[in-house]
Amino acid sequence: MSEIRNYTMNFGPVHPAAHGVLRLVLELDGEVVQRADPHIGLLHRATEKLAESKPYNQSIGYMDRLDYVSMMCNEHSYVLAIEKLLGITVPKRAKYIRVLFSEVTRILNHLLWLGAHGLDIGAMTVFLYCFRDREPLMDAYEAVSGARMHATYFRPGGVYRDLPESMPKYESSQWRTQKSADELNQGRDGSLLDFLWEFTESFPSHIDDYETLLTDNRIWKQRTVGIGVVSPERAFQLGFSGPMLRGSGVIWDLRKNQPYEVYSELDFDIPIGKNGDCYDRYLVRVEEMRQSTRIIRQCIQWLRENSGPVIAKDFKVAPPSRKEMKDDMEALIHHFKLFTEGFCVPEGEAYAAVEHPKGEFGIYLISDGANKPYRVKIRAPGFAHLASMDELIRGHMLADVVAMIGTMDIVFGEIDR
Amino acid sequence: MDPEAIEQWKNTVHERVNDLIVCSDFKFGELTVEVESKQLIELCRKLRDEDGLHFEQLIDLCGVDYSTYGQMEWETDDASGGGFSRGVEPEISDRDVNWQKPRFAVVYHLLSITNGHRLRVRCFVPEKTLIIPSVTSIWASANWYEREAFDLFGIRFENHDDLRRLLTDYGFSGHPFRKDFPLIGQVELRYDATEKRCIYEPVSIEPRVLVPRVIRHDARYVENKKEEQS
Repeated sequence: MSEIRNYTMNFGPVHPAAHGVLRLVLELDGEVVQRADPHIGLLHRATEKLAESKPYNQSIGYMDRLDYVSMMCNEHSYVLAIEKLLGITVPKRAKYIRVLFSEVTRILNHLLWLGAHGLDIGAMTVFLYCFRDREPLMDAYEAVSGARMHATYFRPGGVYRDLPESMPKYESSQWRTQKSADELNQGRDGSLLDFLWEFTESFPSHIDDYETLLTDNRIWKQRTVGIGVVSPERAFQLGFSGPMLRGSGVIWDLRKNQPYEVYSELDFDIPIGKNGDCYDRYLVRVEEMRQSTRIIRQCIQWLRENSGPVIAKDFKVAPPSRKEMKDDMEALIHHFKLFTEGFCVPEGEAYAAVEHPKGEFGIYLISDGANKPYRVKIRAPGFAHLASMDELIRGHMLADVVAMIGTMDIVFGEIDR
Repeated sequence: MDPEAIEQWKNTVHERVNDLIVCSDFKFGELTVEVESKQLIELCRKLRDEDGLHFEQLIDLCGVDYSTYGQMEWETDDASGGGFSRGVEPEISDRDVNWQKPRFAVVYHLLSITNGHRLRVRCFVPEKTLIIPSVTSIWASANWYEREAFDLFGIRFENHDDLRRLLTDYGFSGHPFRKDFPLIGQVELRYDATEKRCIYEPVSIEPRVLVPRVIRHDARYVENKKEEQS
């Protein structure tokens, strides 16, 4: 009889289920994984070092490109850290806009996660439906910032500009008839808030659709129930946060436990799991989408009733308006200084964390008083999650590797930085 | 959190670990304690296990290179003669170094889920050896964070089982996040059609600084400092 040996297999870095550029070296005994060694860094761009060589306000765009499916949440923690060091207060309307878009981003992230996770373990249909729902949210991004993904919308002191009063519309052209343009323009007659309100009316029923496709689906359950079980104690040890931690039954959400912005004024619930397996984490994320919808509705109601400035009136940090710049000498100087040299941040260090769709996303800033950060450290939730891969996957089948990668909600932009 | 609770919590930390820490600092609602590397493990174990502290999560661990702390790339005093163009020296010159402490530090961010507190622990790395004890035995999540700090700063962690490079390329040399490592790197990679393989060459990009690093002493913050001191 020939000798039987373990088999080493390379998973990725270009495997479609690797969610980016993960190279996973798996040691297999038949189909059972004995050891997994993730090799990361294939997308390492040294974002932190780049940020250290640029003025503070020029790095906001880099933050979008960290976790490139939840762009504004990354910006959020970066601007919060700067604001902490500068000690400036943000106008209330800006806080509500930030929360509104943080939750829009959470839905965007979870929809992509649900679609991709479903696709990975055999549910093609969900992917297409999820992308249908991502579309209006990306349109909201575009309406407010001009970009569908990399928005650079949050700025130290507030947000770039107020919400638009009208939504951009499709026009008929050589390739699009008037009739199809009109169809696409449905719901775009009002303001951005009306557009998002309409989304929140229809979206819960769409979540129900996803749940009828998955929640009681036999194949879905076979692939997720009892896979990658994490006890709360291990979750603490492994540095888990977000849905990965809540899936194990730990009630911990920064929005509730260490509230920032206006989360303490809003009414929402924190879903938790029971068993800490892939299925529970799926249920947690689906429920989070419903809760985000609730928060979005409360924000819209508040924003409709209250107007006001959306960025701090501190011209040392936030630029004056274009109009002011044209006829006020001092405003022009401020503008020139801000866009050539940037602003100096007083000496000190600060850590600001937000409840990012994937977990706790934090920025640790050290300033030596210059116009550029001395050290930026990005605490990416996915990094800690992926680090636990070896422990979670041991003894599981090869096919479960994909389910594990999916349930961790891995995006390499943030892990490799 | 109300100020009383913060004060109480600060006192708890001080009472429990006062004999282990070098100094502490409270700013922006964040408590930082500094520890010597000899006491690090004992302190961390205490922070994790004792009632009232219970820091069961290591949220983040990162290296810091303080070697150019407080240095400017552009001294504005003599700028009018030299012009406002690119009067920038990207190289670190022998200007006065403001940093008196060791060059490298490792910063730990801890989170207590039980009490809802955060704590920052800073440990300077002995300069001769660049070795500090690993905390992987206390928090398993330290594993990759320490590999990252080793990779990017060259700080070595004693008793870490698997201290390999993490983020940089296979066969990479140097520690890219040190302040003396050039931003553009040292090698570039291209595919050579005649040799039919990828080859590494020294970088061809000229380093340049678009916006010089300047430190301006803003009167508003200077006043704040005075208030704090008094």
